[in-house]
Amino acid sequence: MRLRTFLTDEAIDRQELIDEVMRRSDGALAVFEGVIRNHDQGKSVESIEYVAYKPMAEKQIGQIVDDLGKRFPDVRIAVRHRLGLLRVGESSIVIACSAPHRSAAFEACRMAIDGIKETVPIWKKETGPDGEEWVGWQGSRPSSDQALH
Amino acid sequence: VVVKLLFFAVLRDIVGRGETSIEVPAGTRASDVWRDLRARHTELTDYVRPPLTAVNESYVEPDTVLSQGDELAFIPPVAGG
Repeated sequence: MRLRTFLTDEAIDRQELIDEVMRRSDGALAVFEGVIRNHDQGKSVESIEYVAYKPMAEKQIGQIVDDLGKRFPDVRIAVRHRLGLLRVGESSIVIACSAPHRSAAFEACRMAIDGIKETVPIWKKETGPDGEEWVGWQGSRPSSDQALH
Repeated sequence: VVVKLLFFAVLRDIVGRGETSIEVPAGTRASDVWRDLRARHTELTDYVRPPLTAVNESYVEPDTVLSQGDELAFIPPVAGG
């Protein structure tokens, strides 16, 4: 099996991922693309810097892809997550799922992005006119737990 | 035992470096290392329990006992995607 790499420092080529997964037997292609938006929780955002615990993140994404492969044997999945400094409008992640029929492609794509957001050691620092912040850190302060739930 | 300690994202900013080697007594748990970090960095005072804990690139329970050569990383809330 060829060595898989899910992380990249370059702009993501959506078509390359699509070409990776599409077979002539596929009738459906679901692509999820995560894009840097200009706001987050009421604050203006200019750029986001992504960093990762690279070897662990590669393993974790590989695990998610392998688990989905077992759950959806008809689906082929390609994932690329970009690291480094990204500006508004640029894509941070592209997930392409192909399948003979649409429901499995949609479902696998949704589960892939949800799984990646939940467990993969990747972090983002948002920068805007109000300064910069590592997303999720302040919200995880134990004293704020009650306010959140 | 000697353990390699890795810092990422907000923890890297707080501690001021990406990695360090520490020598700890046999039987030391990952959570003991976190307690020590909290004692030395006031930004961490409120974070009584460690964030997620990883040893050798896998998530583990915070009370995991460390072994010689382990690579320990505390994982702040992840925000990929």
